[in-house]
Amino acid sequence: MTNPNNPNVISRQSKIDDQEYKWGFTIDVDSDVAPKGLNEDIVRLISEKKSEPPWMLEWRLRAFRLWEKMRDEEPEWANVEYPSIDYQDIIYYASPLTKDNDRPKSLDEVDPEMLQAFEKLGIPLNEREALAGVAVDAVMDSSSVTTTFKEKLEELGIIFCSFSEAIQNHPELIKKYLGTVVPYSDNFFATLNSAVFSDGSFAYIPPGVRCPMELMTYFRINEADSGQFERTLIIADKGSYVSYLEGCTAPIRKKSQLHAAVVELVALDDAEIKYSTLQNWYPGDKDGQGGVYNFVTKRGKAQGINSKISWTQVETGSAITWKYPSVILQGDNSSGEFYSVALVNNHQQADTGTKMTHIGKNTRSTIIAKGISAGKAENTYRGLVKIMPSAEGAKNFTQCDSLLIGDQCGAHTVPYIEVKNPTAQIEHEATTSKVSDDQLFYCMQRGVSAEESNYMIINGFCRDIFKELPFEFAVEAGNLLRVSLEGTVG
Amino acid sequence: MLEVHDLHASVGEIKILRGINFTVKKGETHAIMGPNGSGKSTFANVLAGRPEYTVTKGEVLLDGKNLLSMEPDVRAREGVFLAMQYPVELPGVRYNQFLKAALDAIREHKGEDQIDIRAFNQLLKEKGDLVEINPDLMRRNVNEGFSGGEKKRSEILQMALLEPHLALLDETDSGLDIDALKTVADGVNRLQDPEKSVILVTHYQRLLNYISPDFVHVLIDGKIAKSGDHKLALELENKGYDWLRETIPPVSETSGESAS
Ligand SMILES: Nc1ncnc2c1ncn2[C@@H]1O[C@H](COP(=O)(O)OP(=O)(O)OP(=O)(O)O)[C@@H](O)[C@H]1O
Ligand SMILES: [Mg+2]
Repeated sequence: MTNPNNPNVISRQSKIDDQEYKWGFTIDVDSDVAPKGLNEDIVRLISEKKSEPPWMLEWRLRAFRLWEKMRDEEPEWANVEYPSIDYQDIIYYASPLTKDNDRPKSLDEVDPEMLQAFEKLGIPLNEREALAGVAVDAVMDSSSVTTTFKEKLEELGIIFCSFSEAIQNHPELIKKYLGTVVPYSDNFFATLNSAVFSDGSFAYIPPGVRCPMELMTYFRINEADSGQFERTLIIADKGSYVSYLEGCTAPIRKKSQLHAAVVELVALDDAEIKYSTLQNWYPGDKDGQGGVYNFVTKRGKAQGINSKISWTQVETGSAITWKYPSVILQGDNSSGEFYSVALVNNHQQADTGTKMTHIGKNTRSTIIAKGISAGKAENTYRGLVKIMPSAEGAKNFTQCDSLLIGDQCGAHTVPYIEVKNPTAQIEHEATTSKVSDDQLFYCMQRGVSAEESNYMIINGFCRDIFKELPFEFAVEAGNLLRVSLEGTVG
Repeated sequence: MLEVHDLHASVGEIKILRGINFTVKKGETHAIMGPNGSGKSTFANVLAGRPEYTVTKGEVLLDGKNLLSMEPDVRAREGVFLAMQYPVELPGVRYNQFLKAALDAIREHKGEDQIDIRAFNQLLKEKGDLVEINPDLMRRNVNEGFSGGEKKRSEILQMALLEPHLALLDETDSGLDIDALKTVADGVNRLQDPEKSVILVTHYQRLLNYISPDFVHVLIDGKIAKSGDHKLALELENKGYDWLRETIPPVSETSGESAS
């Protein structure tokens, strides 16, 4: 009894109850796995497995050589603690596709085990059963498994495919945009990704086209000891619009797994990109064993005039999250948005936030960050609003709300503001609250159970963010919240 | 339907209720009056199970069941409704969704199915018209930014929707304009049926012009100092409470019990 409008949610709830992390199963598919460790040969191997052109290998190698020099520069400024990562103890390439570089041409060629697995995750890849209005690129470990609705999109000139395919089929676009938002030298994890990235999604929306369906990539880490290094590039050409969704889960593993992804968005004149994430990587067990280390560089460039980039994220998973989806507001009148719910429980740590860099005139940014901490978890919002001298008339509004459940968790807010143009208008609001006994009693006095009351109040706290999500995703976000909150009401 | 025997309750070390005896039968309306701080809200909240109050002694039976052993949500599902003196704001929680969750919880308790969303919207509209609440409020968040009067009206709407067996109204008449007062009284009168009982906490005789209580009780210092019929309310209006303070009976006595 809960989401009153959606009876489906209820039956689902009862299924979730008996498991703590329902996405924790392993999928039994054959896979092609590189030996552990990282060296130049591994970088060459990855490139070769993917039959990449020489320019791509060159780019990877430049990144790898730089990363070797950066080895001692793993960032330490974030408010997260973890044992040092042994980069030689990780598998950098694992593909569920048995034959080299053989991506199935049609669904009939996809391993039925895998289709079933994605179905179990709630992502049917069969177009007849697919989520209405959502085109899906399914990525397991390092490889894209399949992309649905491709033909339908092609009719409009929209390209939506795996990153590997894009390198083969659209090299001019990749060459033109790869690394223009997040250069390979950007930061330790982005450099690592640039050297070893395996797959990911690519989307290009041609001028004036409004993408008629949500584009979605579903990421899944399956292989034990493997890292996941995917790379996503989305380009919205002049006057186009696209809404893109990203979902992620991983099986339960005792040992922690590394996820270091890079996402680059480019919006040209009058274009808009809406990017939504539901991140639910395995968070580790109650005692902090295992879980995914999520070190992600996401950045969008609102390059054209009147362009708009909007990040919405709901983060409930991962042992450690280190993630700052950012926008470079380059075009005049461009705008950037960041809407975030980060929930941490047990021993999870999240250091997340955003960076808005205002360069163009009359650029606007909005930041609404909601942090929920329970158990012994630590949640940090870290944000930077930077107004460059050229950004005449720039405006920013920032709101950071923290909600604490219990008294062993922590919430921290670290907002930086750098203003180099006196015409800038900057507003910042911050609140910290608890689910009050009065609120709980009020709900319970109306007959609602303690657990449900707690969920309802916390869901209310997140409403401003959830309403930014496409409907299907908003329902799923509510479910994630519910599962992550289990047992937190005292 | 409700029997209260020698009820004592405190908040932390502070004793507030000091031996209340009280019986409400089906279909009766009781008014509780008394000076500020005498324990009226405490009494209502203890019946509803607010956790900050500790019952140190006594017994409460609802239709023969031990009310004090039930969690607040179970009490609500058993038909106890408290219209609060200070309704709480629930930021981000949609009013209509909140009410549906509440109604469904109560229906489920009775072994009924969840109400269909269309039927619910229809019901909500009917009840809303009944208590003349601005329909826009139902698309807002629970009590958030509601005016004082709107909050009170909203409590009455919830009561009308959830159809409790025992409604406790804690100063629902305070802060209402005269029209709203009539609406609230109307809402309460409509609720009255031979199976349902109402306990009204109020400071003002004027509400009792619209709702005629079967009994009036005066609560002073955590005990019932006097009980009577609606004429007692008029007497209080003229004489205040001081004359009753001297007549507080010794703790052991059970003079608070209403005719039964
Ligand atoms: N949570 C609490 N903490 C401390 N004291 C409390 C608490 N709740 C009630 N009290 C005290 O208990 C006494 C009775 O309070 P209560 O709210 O029941 O009075 P009341 O009769 O409803 O008064 P009013 O007419 O002003 O609403 C008061 O002195 C009040 O300060
Ligand atoms: Mg009171």
